[in-house]
Amino acid sequence: MQVVECLISKPSKGSAGKTGLWRTYKPVVDESKCNLCMLCWLYCPESVISSGGSCIVIDYEYCKGCGICSEICAKKAIEMVLEE
Amino acid sequence: MLKEITILSFGGQGGVTAARILALAAVKDGKFAQAIPQFGAERRGSLVRSYLRLSDREIRRHSSIRKADVVSIFAEKILKMVELKDYLKENGIVIINSETGGDYCVNASEIALSLNLVSAGWPIVNTAMAGAMAKVLGISMDSLLKAINETFHGKLAESNSKAAEKAYEVVHKCR
Amino acid sequence: MRTIMTGNQAVAEAVKLAKTEVIAAYPITPQTVIVEKLAEMVDSGELDAEFIRVESEHSALASVYGSAVAGKRSFTATSSHGLLYMYEMVWWVANARVPLVMSVVTRTIGPPWNIHTDHTDILTMRDSGWIISMAENVQEAFDLTIQGFKICEELSLPFTAGMDAFQLSHTSEVVDLPDQETVDEFLPERKQSYVFGDEDFTVGSIGPNEYTFKLRKDTFETMLKAEKVVEKVSREYEELTGRNCGLFEEYKLDDAEYAIVMMGAWSGDAKDAIDELRREGIPIGLLKLRYVRPMPRKIKRVLEGKEVLVLDRDCSMGVGGILGLELKSFVDNVSNVIAGVGGVDVGVEELVKMFSLFVEGKLEETWWFV
Repeated sequence: MQVVECLISKPSKGSAGKTGLWRTYKPVVDESKCNLCMLCWLYCPESVISSGGSCIVIDYEYCKGCGICSEICAKKAIEMVLEE
Repeated sequence: MLKEITILSFGGQGGVTAARILALAAVKDGKFAQAIPQFGAERRGSLVRSYLRLSDREIRRHSSIRKADVVSIFAEKILKMVELKDYLKENGIVIINSETGGDYCVNASEIALSLNLVSAGWPIVNTAMAGAMAKVLGISMDSLLKAINETFHGKLAESNSKAAEKAYEVVHKCR
Repeated sequence: MRTIMTGNQAVAEAVKLAKTEVIAAYPITPQTVIVEKLAEMVDSGELDAEFIRVESEHSALASVYGSAVAGKRSFTATSSHGLLYMYEMVWWVANARVPLVMSVVTRTIGPPWNIHTDHTDILTMRDSGWIISMAENVQEAFDLTIQGFKICEELSLPFTAGMDAFQLSHTSEVVDLPDQETVDEFLPERKQSYVFGDEDFTVGSIGPNEYTFKLRKDTFETMLKAEKVVEKVSREYEELTGRNCGLFEEYKLDDAEYAIVMMGAWSGDAKDAIDELRREGIPIGLLKLRYVRPMPRKIKRVLEGKEVLVLDRDCSMGVGGILGLELKSFVDNVSNVIAGVGGVDVGVEELVKMFSLFVEGKLEETWWFV
């Protein structure tokens, strides 16, 4: 029997585990400033940003805290806060 | 006697460096030592295992440490992520960067912060933890300071030496 | 000087102490640190060598092929897929009888993508005419690299010093480094094997079939002679440093009824396992191969009358372990087991279990250890 399962990987969420644990700084969104332009969604290298209707939503289980969203946000709506 | 030590740290905290500094210090004490970084998916922030072996005789084995005599935990948060008994022998000793939760405790984060040993927002606790571990493992402060000064230079050598000395002094039984 | 060092650092130190003149290498994990260290040494002026940056492993070996032919002491290093990428040059260098040293930090071959140790990569060089050595610890990685220069230059054959990925390359352990004077005394300046005169010449051009035949026969015979040269050089090194790095090492073998044969970093774990079994009164010992080429033929005598288990961290598909096959060709009573392939951790605990099964006669041939 060919052991194909050892050769094949499929796209899935968090194959490296809960990578949110790696974070030093956490991106925190100011809902009043977010205008849902979705630029952060476009730039997020981890695909952890989605739209939550009135404001973006960040999946903190997998966000590694790189800060690109905060850098790119035209409205300065995302602040990087030191994790506890 | 062979003593096996596993360091559990987050990538970026300096677990690998701590193991190497302690190995170098033990060798300066005239002992045999071996430091093995566990390579895999380690990145800044992910859980990293580093191994340290100490002995009076030549250390011949090269496999990883399964259950250690001593486990050193560099962040309290790690206790919630791992099953300690998977890493530690029965009656093994835990040295932890915290006020509680181990056999020996030291607030290495506070020591690192007080000496401004910080990188990208994190206290770098490796030399403080190395100081605490040296005390528990019977490695001389003199050799540890020499090892630190061979690893770091200038101001960094100074603050890391102070961190090790402070932790060596304040590490205490907490169980 | 007694200190601690990783295998990669120790090899870089050896290359420096050997006063290597040309280095060309392409980075690949876990070998990269060797050439990084050497690049730093060249940059700081600590090592007076030409460091050639190349675009691939094939070019790395091609570059040092050229410099070694031109009479310069030359070094390169690689691992796994890097070695396979330079495979054409591996044979070219050997067939042209070019003395140079290459460090192979043994790493398994993908897929799956995997950076950990086994011995399949270095053993792809087995039939090419390279001298092939394998270190048990960081000290041996250092010692073999230094001796490699002398051995390859005496035999006009390329030399590879193998060491296990991470278990040696990235592990810090105790080493004792000789000083420059000691190494200078041991290792004379590079002896030129090709005679350069005023006339122009080409190395490795077209030739009649008979030339190929003659060259291969000569390399074959040189490999037989190499056993003596390795032993001689290792004695010379021992006189200066107190450390013997001969063709193989015997551990508790004299009165042993059972003998384990293996090579590489896990031989150290095997020694600890043998000590445990000896405490239970089991007459077992180890023959650690430091060299695969030349294959030390006299181990036949050493192993005579013993039950032999050859432990391979590599395999030849459907047939067995590669060292197992080798030993079966000239040693009696050989069983063979494959384990640790792909970097699967095999420690003292597992080896005690495996050796016990072997002694009890319950070990299956080419059993894949899990």
